[in-house]
Amino acid sequence: MATAVMDTKTSDTSTPYMVAGAGLLLLVVGSYWGLAYAPRETYMGDVQRIMYVHVPTAWNAMLAFTFAFGCAIASLIRGGYRWDTRLEASMEVGVVLSTLLCIQGAIWAKPTWGVWWDWDPRLTTTAVLVLAFSGIIALRSFVDDPGRRAVWSAVAAIIAYVDVPIVYFSVKWWNSLHQMQSTPETVSKAFHWPLRINAIGILLLMWGLIALRARIAALRLERQLQPPPEAA
Amino acid sequence: MTQALVALRKDALLQWRTRGRFVAVFVFGATALLLFSFAIGPSAGALRQHAAGFLWLALMLASTLALGDSFHGEMENRALEGLVLLPASPVALYYGKALANWAQLALLGVALVPFMVVLYDAPPGGALPLIGLILLGTAGLSFPGTLYAAMTVQVRGSQTLLPLLLFPLVVPVLLAAVSATSLVMTGDPMDQLRSWTLLLVCFDLIYASLCGLLFGRVVES
Repeated sequence: MATAVMDTKTSDTSTPYMVAGAGLLLLVVGSYWGLAYAPRETYMGDVQRIMYVHVPTAWNAMLAFTFAFGCAIASLIRGGYRWDTRLEASMEVGVVLSTLLCIQGAIWAKPTWGVWWDWDPRLTTTAVLVLAFSGIIALRSFVDDPGRRAVWSAVAAIIAYVDVPIVYFSVKWWNSLHQMQSTPETVSKAFHWPLRINAIGILLLMWGLIALRARIAALRLERQLQPPPEAA
Repeated sequence: MTQALVALRKDALLQWRTRGRFVAVFVFGATALLLFSFAIGPSAGALRQHAAGFLWLALMLASTLALGDSFHGEMENRALEGLVLLPASPVALYYGKALANWAQLALLGVALVPFMVVLYDAPPGGALPLIGLILLGTAGLSFPGTLYAAMTVQVRGSQTLLPLLLFPLVVPVLLAAVSATSLVMTGDPMDQLRSWTLLLVCFDLIYASLCGLLFGRVVES
């Protein structure tokens, strides 16, 4: 069965590299702005400056998992492997981003709340997401048949994503202490620009990484689907 | 509907004939309850306070054994393939299996309660609300667990994969079931029992329908 996994779009690497490079550049600019030029926050002091990466990471981590959810639905409906490779890529990038999110949160929480970890709804939901999607990535590595792997991981991704709001609300009822969500409206104007630049920077970086990772998945799949060489 | 009932009858019969396994799972749960008390220490107050949590943890750990077991029989002589080839809807197969698992887990939960009462000196509260909560909580374990077991039993490393996939998913079930069981056992002055029960009902309904919808894709691939 010679299924075309690669298409002209996924075989081109220059665009994702350029997008990721632009994202990295914006991230450097935004972080420098946030660290050097933005005013000090009155109550939290310099610790607050981690917000310039923390909040954009949170937005983009959720975006990555939402994209993975979309890929899972598309993969189940459309069949084939194009959406499966994107699902694999976005789940991995999502897990990396949310792990970073937990680490940044812990670094911020220690001087602010006095503890590394707190059982707040968003923190706990992020940790549950990391574990749930790591489980699906592990499932992928255990299933050898590519067709089964595509369907199973899409099913598992849908089930895990639907759980997110339920986990959030259950933990919220159970315990709550986190800050109100930061959006440009809740933050003073002076903090806007570095926050926005970093958000777009991480978005572009994530986009480039997902495209490149999906290409690797497609190349691996193509090799796996190749018929065994004829006996001489 | 009739197909689901036939499937349920088949799975219930299968479980009845392998009831030795149920005893083994029950002993596993009881052992877990015993071990938890060693981790906390012999203080009666602390044990009583954590009794509901330990009951649900033991049930959750034991459930991975029971759920994994429920599909092991289907792998012998490729029985699952035969079932899928029958002119019956896979949705019926799923509900038959999930309901049988639910009954088994609920029975396990009820059987563990006396152990919890004796070991932790915990007041069991009302019998009916407690059984109701055990039914709601084990449904939350059984519906997604049956779907995941159908996948993981077919690959190597299934003992690791099933809890890896199931445990993060059932965090809301654990939270709600533990909180509600504690409230039943120690009293509910703030009237919070209703919201936890509602959460469990919502989780059960969402996953009972979603997993039924997706099961066909899993076994047919």
